[in-house]
Amino acid sequence: MIRVVLPAHLRTLAQVNGEVKVDVGGSVTQRAVLDALEASYPMLRGTIRDQTTHQRRAFIRLFACQEDLSNDSPDTPLPEAVATGAEPLLVVGAMAGGSA
Amino acid sequence: MSRVRVLVGTRKGAFILTSDGARKQWDVTGPHFGGWEMYHLKGSPAEPERLYASQSSSWFGQIIQRSDDGGTSWETVGNKLTYEGATGTHLWYDGTQRPWEFARVWHLEPSLTDPDTVYAGIQDAALFRSTDGGQNWQELTGLRQHASAPLWQPGAGGMCLHTILLDRSHPGRIFIAISAAGVFRSDDEGKTWRPMNRGLRSEQIPDPTAEVGHCVHRIAMHPARPDVLFMQKHWDVMRSDDAGETWREVSGNLPTDFGFPIDVHAHEPETIYVVPIKSDSEHYVPDAKLRVYRSRTGGHEWEALTNGLPQRDCYVNVLRDAMSVDSLDPCGVYFGTTGGQVYVSADAGDHWSPIVRDLPSVVSVEVQTLP
Repeated sequence: MIRVVLPAHLRTLAQVNGEVKVDVGGSVTQRAVLDALEASYPMLRGTIRDQTTHQRRAFIRLFACQEDLSNDSPDTPLPEAVATGAEPLLVVGAMAGGSA
Repeated sequence: MSRVRVLVGTRKGAFILTSDGARKQWDVTGPHFGGWEMYHLKGSPAEPERLYASQSSSWFGQIIQRSDDGGTSWETVGNKLTYEGATGTHLWYDGTQRPWEFARVWHLEPSLTDPDTVYAGIQDAALFRSTDGGQNWQELTGLRQHASAPLWQPGAGGMCLHTILLDRSHPGRIFIAISAAGVFRSDDEGKTWRPMNRGLRSEQIPDPTAEVGHCVHRIAMHPARPDVLFMQKHWDVMRSDDAGETWREVSGNLPTDFGFPIDVHAHEPETIYVVPIKSDSEHYVPDAKLRVYRSRTGGHEWEALTNGLPQRDCYVNVLRDAMSVDSLDPCGVYFGTTGGQVYVSADAGDHWSPIVRDLPSVVSVEVQTLP
């Protein structure tokens, strides 16, 4: 099981509390985790990455194990600790985002 | 006894205000979708419990919500609004061409007859339609692919398609307005479009009488007289008596003819309302007084409506989608401000009172008159 921590607004949108757990078959990459996340929670489509290009939204960051993985290739394997479920993948709304 | 339901979109959530026909005592629910920008909410004329709402944020993008119980509960529906075919380019602030890029849904206009059909006006300007209750969206490409599109440019709020008027008397006729391109009309359900800007004059563009490029802020129609349109342009209040073919100015004695909203009395097609704003560089009311102006003559002659509205130290704005009317008798008029107040007049504008004073900045106000 891969653990994913969503920002508060997306937890509300997905109607979940706390962490989300998803199953990923094969290599555990950003793309695979987000594919699984969107399959389980279709209302999240388009909120983390573009629905067509799958490019990460500008004000979304992806952290894990105290590292910023936002600019990694979506097909780069995530850290072993994420793949084993020891650590979550954090989906974070960037401090630069939003409006007053 | 009739009831009214006021759907309020704000910068930080949606609120629903309800009252009986007296419009004195109000129940307020919300925030719905707290923290999100709610550009617009609107109910289906065919099934008033069916509501559509545009929810967005710069972090998480665009969401469309639907309610089938008048806003008590909501369901997330489809949000894939993808331009079809070649994206094309439009004029950018610096004079260069820039590709179309989706930003948000500004306005949702449910069909007059089918609760599952709804139109979406978006930024960058394009028109979409769903025929399955918002699950799937198709672009009506004839508009964005109009030959004039490379000449369209953003207004200060972005290049938004902000107004959609459906004509009950002429099935298939749709008016839309884009800032800053102007008014377009389709007579074939959105397949083909013609610019409808003859008579507009805008000193902010190189050719003040160009076919497109005008910063139209809002257009309004009385449903019983759909060939008469009223317009609040960037500057100038305008009127058309031939379904948009030609326009003439009716600003008359307004203290300033800059503003955003314009609306028509529910029972008097020649009675119209605007909220003059000081200027395009000072987006607040003139003389620190919040005044709605009413014309009972379809323009030219205007009277200030002030009873119950702040007449000192007031510096709010009223945005283009933030005014609406109910269909009770006497007609109720409603508007919301960037200061978070929503005002109601239950007597067509003679007297005003705040329903709420301290909401987030109000973007849109729609009213439903319910049995």
